[in-house]
Amino acid sequence: MGDDGKQVGIVLVSHSADVAAAVAELARGLAGGAAAVPVAAAGGTEGGGLGTSAEMIAAAAASVDRGAGVAVLTDLGSAVLTMKALLAEGDELPPGTRLVDAPFVEGAVAAVVTASAGGDLDAVQAAAAEAYDYRKV
Amino acid sequence: MLDADFFRRWMTVAAASVDREAGRLTALDSAIGDADHGSNLQRGFRAVAATLEQEAPDTPGAVLALSGKQLISTVGGASGPLYGTLLRRTGKALGDAAEVDTGQLAEALRAGVEGVMALGGAAPGDKTMLDALVPAVDALGDGFAAARAAAEAGAEATTPLRARKGRASYLGERSIGHQDPGATSSALLIAALEEAAGTAEG
Repeated sequence: MGDDGKQVGIVLVSHSADVAAAVAELARGLAGGAAAVPVAAAGGTEGGGLGTSAEMIAAAAASVDRGAGVAVLTDLGSAVLTMKALLAEGDELPPGTRLVDAPFVEGAVAAVVTASAGGDLDAVQAAAAEAYDYRKV
Repeated sequence: MLDADFFRRWMTVAAASVDREAGRLTALDSAIGDADHGSNLQRGFRAVAATLEQEAPDTPGAVLALSGKQLISTVGGASGPLYGTLLRRTGKALGDAAEVDTGQLAEALRAGVEGVMALGGAAPGDKTMLDALVPAVDALGDGFAAARAAAEAGAEATTPLRARKGRASYLGERSIGHQDPGATSSALLIAALEEAAGTAEG
């Protein structure tokens, strides 16, 4: 949470609408049903196909922006490139929006848990990135 | 000198070329990608042509900035942010000038190509659109025809390369022997420059 009690927003961008929505649900569930954390999924294209929609990302970011910044996690390929292009050139995203370098599922869980515990944008970013360090074997 | 009309024509000609070649681009992409390059770019450039007709931006920089923005929002695949960044960055480099010369365009396109490299992390030789764009920008000082020839040669030269970036890189050795769809569409974009200039002269 920022100093003023505002919560960090989380946006999950996947090539698939189902994957983005399911990871959002999983992260909320594992965060103890953190209903208060603003999490939005931006999956697939407007037409319902596999791909990335810049407009859906911008709309999702705007919908979770509470003034404490927005952490965006992506899966791969065009999801990463579209986010980077939006950050580099455009004015479509709310101020304080960041692309967080993290594994998609594990990073989303860490980000939502941290945001629900009141972490600020730096803390959310660090927690999500740290998910890379949890080795499985 | 090249004015906003020239740049609008460039985008319109590019949209027509992509329309015409969409099947070939998708066929190339079905060999080493996910078979959507033609249809994705077709959707993007159709949107560009429609927007330019509606909004009629009045400087070269504004035409390219608007076109790039449109590609990023409508393509839906990696080529959207890549081509979108190319055009946006090129447009930004052209500034507010009402007219630019070929030298200024070459310089601005180089900035655009550098933007693409920074975004995608690819270099020439990785079997990407850069293999057509970089030689084209190098040759642009000798005119649009030279740029077109360089881009087409660059695209053809991707066939024996092994992909090191993008989805085709998952295929490793199996990406060898196929012409890169991104380099092929980049050659279309550069060829459209020559055609747009030819329309003006003729």
